[in-house]
Amino acid sequence: MPLLELARGPALAFSIAVLVFGLAWRLYGILRYPARVDYSEPRRRDLAAGGLRAIFAKMAPPKNVKVRAAAMANAYAYHLGLAVVVFGFAPHIAFFERYTGIGWPALPDALIYVAAGVTIVGLLIALLARLTDRVLRLLSSFDDYWSWFVTIAPLATGMALLPAPAEPVAVAIHLLSLELLLVWLPFGKLAHAALVFVSRWRTGVDFTRKGAAV
Amino acid sequence: MNELDFDTPRFTIKKPAVRHDKQGDASDAERSAAAVHAFLRDMTRSAATYMESCIRCGHCAEACHFYVTSGDPQYTPIWKLEPLRQIWKREAGPFSWFHKKLKKPIDSNRLREWQELLYDSCTLCGRCTLACPMGIDIAALVAQARRGMFAAGLVPHELWAVAERAEREGSPLGATPRVLKERIEWLSDEHGVDIALDRPRADVLATLSSVELMKYPQSLVALAKILNRLGESWTFRSDGYEATNFGLFSGNLAWQRDMTLKLVDAAIACGAKTLVLPECGHAYGAMRWQGANMYGKPLPFRVLHISEFLAEAVRAGRLKLKPMQGTVTFHDPCQVSRRGGATGAPREVLAALGAELREMPPAGDASWCCGGGGGVITLHRADEQRYRAFEIKMRQVESSGAQRLATSCSNCRLTFDDGQAHYKWGRKMESLLELVAGSLAAP
Repeated sequence: MPLLELARGPALAFSIAVLVFGLAWRLYGILRYPARVDYSEPRRRDLAAGGLRAIFAKMAPPKNVKVRAAAMANAYAYHLGLAVVVFGFAPHIAFFERYTGIGWPALPDALIYVAAGVTIVGLLIALLARLTDRVLRLLSSFDDYWSWFVTIAPLATGMALLPAPAEPVAVAIHLLSLELLLVWLPFGKLAHAALVFVSRWRTGVDFTRKGAAV
Repeated sequence: MNELDFDTPRFTIKKPAVRHDKQGDASDAERSAAAVHAFLRDMTRSAATYMESCIRCGHCAEACHFYVTSGDPQYTPIWKLEPLRQIWKREAGPFSWFHKKLKKPIDSNRLREWQELLYDSCTLCGRCTLACPMGIDIAALVAQARRGMFAAGLVPHELWAVAERAEREGSPLGATPRVLKERIEWLSDEHGVDIALDRPRADVLATLSSVELMKYPQSLVALAKILNRLGESWTFRSDGYEATNFGLFSGNLAWQRDMTLKLVDAAIACGAKTLVLPECGHAYGAMRWQGANMYGKPLPFRVLHISEFLAEAVRAGRLKLKPMQGTVTFHDPCQVSRRGGATGAPREVLAALGAELREMPPAGDASWCCGGGGGVITLHRADEQRYRAFEIKMRQVESSGAQRLATSCSNCRLTFDDGQAHYKWGRKMESLLELVAGSLAAP
């Protein structure tokens, strides 16, 4: 089977299956634990609204608490850059459309290239910080470095496709690198793509009950 | 024998000549197994979520006074939970079946190494949660980890000693029912104030912190003056008065429950409609937010921190106060404000006092901890880092430009007094309750 066919067919199906079942398993591993039964008199009762508020409020930098500003700015940059590249690039939209039937207007290629550049530079800065910062070095494990690698790999292989037309082998490598990311996502820190909602929601609900700040 | 030390600005046991930071004679394997069991026994959906959610971004470090003042990465809040994370991943996480093949069970020596991080360098202030982009409640996990440490017999010497004394005598600082009675009689005579004790029926059950009884007894007088002025039917009860809860600090859930239920039973016995907690931060967390859960059902009375009680009286127009002179800044007790949700109450009271409030930067929910919470002030070996952390607080106070400083937590007050003595700092922490009592307008 040619490599591109493998990447577009069985490998893609496999990676999506691992992504879906892996994430489902990880969420089940959390949600199977009982929610805390709390008999205290709540200060507030808009708990669901509190959960949602926390999800959105935590997207902004915290008020009155100093954080690592440069690292936070960089994180915004590569998260946004990644979103622009994944969801704004015409070939990616065509890819989604081929499998789901859902498409949307693409962003200009020039913007995509800038976003890809920002993302790659941002990820390199993040790696440099992880290797040099004493706190991050202490906290880091295999997961952090491997997650970094599987995130930057599809970007690097995607950039290698430019300018079009690309070789089928290069397209296949790009797809396979994406599939590697999808396969790893449920098992490491990249699962924060889903867990961020669960975690913030729980804090929002628990803290809103007390009227406490998140 | 762990003798109490009342000769220094902060109250704890005398510095032990030989430390015993390990309790009992269980084997290492038994200690590890006990820690794992205790940790997993209390696992809830929130805790499980948090254990899976850290992205190792390190932002929490900047929110921790122990990291900020030392630059030592091991004080990064989430790192304090590393043994827990290992236990979780190997024993109970979604992929534990895989991690069991890779990792050995947690070693009790590793837990012992972590004792300092879980007890000496965490005040459970929860400031790190504000900084965490995932919203992880690290303080709650540290408290949970302490339960594992207690089960393993790995509690710091002083904290275990005061917690054990609290369970045995009813107070961590020797404020036994007999001492309570004697002090109340003495304070009543000395100040000419009726301080109700053991009335069979009362609408309000007043409680205290033994720090107040032993070091700041004027707080009791202040409380009595205010309750009498309000015309409340109230009482202290010798069968339930101590609101501090060292069971919570040390990590012993059974002791925490015992200490809580004494207050609950006393309130029920006198038919109280309201239980008023003293100027004590963690007493608020222990009773207001965890009390009903220790009781196992909703409490048949309201629980209010004294600042909330005063704010209610102000709001209802029941408390008339004379204006206070000068400018004041307020130190927020973490467990009442940030983690308790009562940040506004003391400010309402200060407004009623006519005080010109000059907030510290940052104040309210984001305020820095004094460094003595979570039982840290009891630990002699934590002094150096606690004093370093206190330097942030001194800078905050000075930058507010206020003439006076007040708080509504006797443990914070104790930490300020101790810090003031250590640094020969010319500032004195005042009690919000005492400020109010000193400003009561003529009826």
